Amino acid sequence: MELLKLENLSVHFQVRKGLFKTTPSKAVDGVSLSMNKGETLAVVGESGSGKTTLGRASLRLLKLTSGRIFFDGVDVTDLKDKELQRLRKRAQAIFQDPYSSINPFMSIREVLMEPLAIHKAAEGKEAEERVYKALADVKLTPEEEFAAKYPHMLSGGQRQRVGIARALILNPDYVVADEPVSMVDASSRAEILHLMRSLQQKYGITFLYITHDIASAKFFSDRIAVMYLGRIVELGSPNDVVKDPLHPYTQALIQAVPEPDPANRLHERKVIPGEPPTPTNIPKGCRFHPRCPSFMKSKCDVIDPSLAEVKPGHYVSCHLY
Amino acid sequence: MPRLQVKDMRLYYSTLRGVVRAVDYVSFDIGEGEALGIVGESGSGKTSLGLSLMRLLPRNVHTFEGSISLNGTELKTLPEEEFRRNVRWRKIAMVFQGAMNALNPVLRVEDQIAEPLLNTTSTSREEARKRVEDLLKMVGLSKEVARRYPHELSGGMKQRVLIAMALILDPQILIMDEPTSALDVSIQAQIMNLMKRLKSKLNLSILFITHDIALASDICDRLGVVYAGELAEIGPSETILTAPKHPYTQLLLASIPKLTGSEMPKFIPGQTPDLANPPSGCRFHPRCPYVFQPCSQQNPSLIILNQQHSARCWLLEKS
Ligand SMILES: Nc1ncnc2c1ncn2[C@@H]1O[C@H](COP(=O)(O)OP(=O)(O)OP(=O)(O)O)[C@@H](O)[C@H]1O
Ligand SMILES: Nc1ncnc2c1ncn2[C@@H]1O[C@H](COP(=O)(O)OP(=O)(O)OP(=O)(O)O)[C@@H](O)[C@H]1O
Ligand SMILES: [Mg+2]
Ligand SMILES: [Mg+2]
Repeated sequence: MELLKLENLSVHFQVRKGLFKTTPSKAVDGVSLSMNKGETLAVVGESGSGKTTLGRASLRLLKLTSGRIFFDGVDVTDLKDKELQRLRKRAQAIFQDPYSSINPFMSIREVLMEPLAIHKAAEGKEAEERVYKALADVKLTPEEEFAAKYPHMLSGGQRQRVGIARALILNPDYVVADEPVSMVDASSRAEILHLMRSLQQKYGITFLYITHDIASAKFFSDRIAVMYLGRIVELGSPNDVVKDPLHPYTQALIQAVPEPDPANRLHERKVIPGEPPTPTNIPKGCRFHPRCPSFMKSKCDVIDPSLAEVKPGHYVSCHLY
Repeated sequence: MPRLQVKDMRLYYSTLRGVVRAVDYVSFDIGEGEALGIVGESGSGKTSLGLSLMRLLPRNVHTFEGSISLNGTELKTLPEEEFRRNVRWRKIAMVFQGAMNALNPVLRVEDQIAEPLLNTTSTSREEARKRVEDLLKMVGLSKEVARRYPHELSGGMKQRVLIAMALILDPQILIMDEPTSALDVSIQAQIMNLMKRLKSKLNLSILFITHDIALASDICDRLGVVYAGELAEIGPSETILTAPKHPYTQLLLASIPKLTGSEMPKFIPGQTPDLANPPSGCRFHPRCPYVFQPCSQQNPSLIILNQQHSARCWLLEKS
């Protein structure tokens, strides 16, 4: 069952160029995607590739330049006021930075009460119980004790769990989890991801899991989308994308990931040459062509490849296939 | 004799909740051109250890004890004025955690990098400019970058600027605290390659602090695993990664998702320890799957398994 469908979504920001001019920064540039109920789709890619922008756009937190969003079969692209508020209740976000996204002057109880009050979802005794249940769900127990704490008393991993509890307390159908485990060690990372997975199974939540960590995406998602300069350049099952990456960009990205191996220090890691170009200046043809080792002249620099299914469920946008 | 010898380092903080034992009798040494990794979870005392070697201590220090010896000279007891003039930045430099976002926004890159040089030596502006140019080249930045402001740089460029800044006085020891955790893998790989080159070119000794043991394996010759302010295990990277002896190290490694295997990453259940009130006995015992009678009673000492490899665990004491 499809929960969310993005159709040719674009978000172009106007950025200053010089004193009087502005130029479009094409952070998300024509993304189509569909997600099933209860699925986790991981979005990976370099910094600035548009992952956060895509996540926020899918929640209608940003103004779209073009494209349409369907949620549970309903076109929500132009929803306003009351109806938009209803969508907000069903679609939540876990934000990238657990330090700046939680108000330091609010107790954890107040942090978790806030969405309940905003959406008039519960009050009084019932709200209190929802707070405790949310804390128990993310294993911040004893619940009463954690509810009374302030953010500065929590570790980075515990803060990230508060962020998850806050996103889940309204029983949403769809959650954008933007780098929910970026600041913690491997063990805490695995713990939080296992937790999200079990909550997903319990409540049938659909997750958009945004991350730099391709290895964790391999284990904790159902499909992986690789983004480059505002586009999805490869999409498929974790096995397809990690074990058999087709796009030269995906291949390079995977080779750059360090694994714990004492031989690492004896040689240099393969890197993608050059810095990623900015979305204010997108190359013609295939946007990866200036950095691509398999570049084919007068093809890759001329024709913009589209995302095509090359194996069942495995999509890539590259002229090699 | 190793270049840097640290012995029984202790750094405790006073807080309302009691004394926080952030660094608790930590000893290690680092040789010329060698990189030692310090890995451990959030709050285990890694940054505190780095700051103690720079003698940059917050006001609420409760205890600062131990010995720091560089080429045989004791630094711990050196008068602050002398330490500032001759050691900090000059012999031991540090790239601070999160410093990327703390670059002075109104200073051009060249002024930023030259600051330690102009502050502590009688170098002329002209010489300083030349030196900055050389350094930028060394860290792989074009010399135009010198005239830019921090907001005009990408994350990877900022990190290179910080590295150049730390290297301007030609230190022997470079402490790097989570230098790439804010960067994506491809930029991270570029920075790590740069560090490998600098390490051998300048014969730098590096203390590499990170929560990411896979990343540490990228440059470190030896690894020290810290848990709750103590060294749990230390040894050559080969040994730590392939034949770890401390249960914490073993579980930490099992929690890393591998791109090539199919084994689901596991995690270490239980609470991270409170350093104001650490567990009795072995600090890891409440989370250890092999816990047995002596573990909650007494803290095991760091047991020397062979010349290079030590671990703190009662299981090793028995055999
Ligand atoms: N409000 C904005 N105004 C102008 N440009 C923006 C804005 N938000 C994002 N951008 C630009 O859009 C591009 C994509 O940014 P985005 O934050 O979506 O990337 P990301 O993939 O989430 O990166 P990271 O991994 O660093 O979080 C970047 O070039 C960014 O500078
Ligand atoms: N100035 C201070 N006063 C009191 N406690 C402190 C102070 N600085 C750090 N701590 C505490 O000391 C412990 C060790 O902190 P430290 O910053 O060294 O950890 P870390 O290993 O670097 O963690 P991370 O991986 O999150 O950077 C933590 O419990 C921290 O809360
Ligand atoms: Mg982002
Ligand atoms: Mg730290």
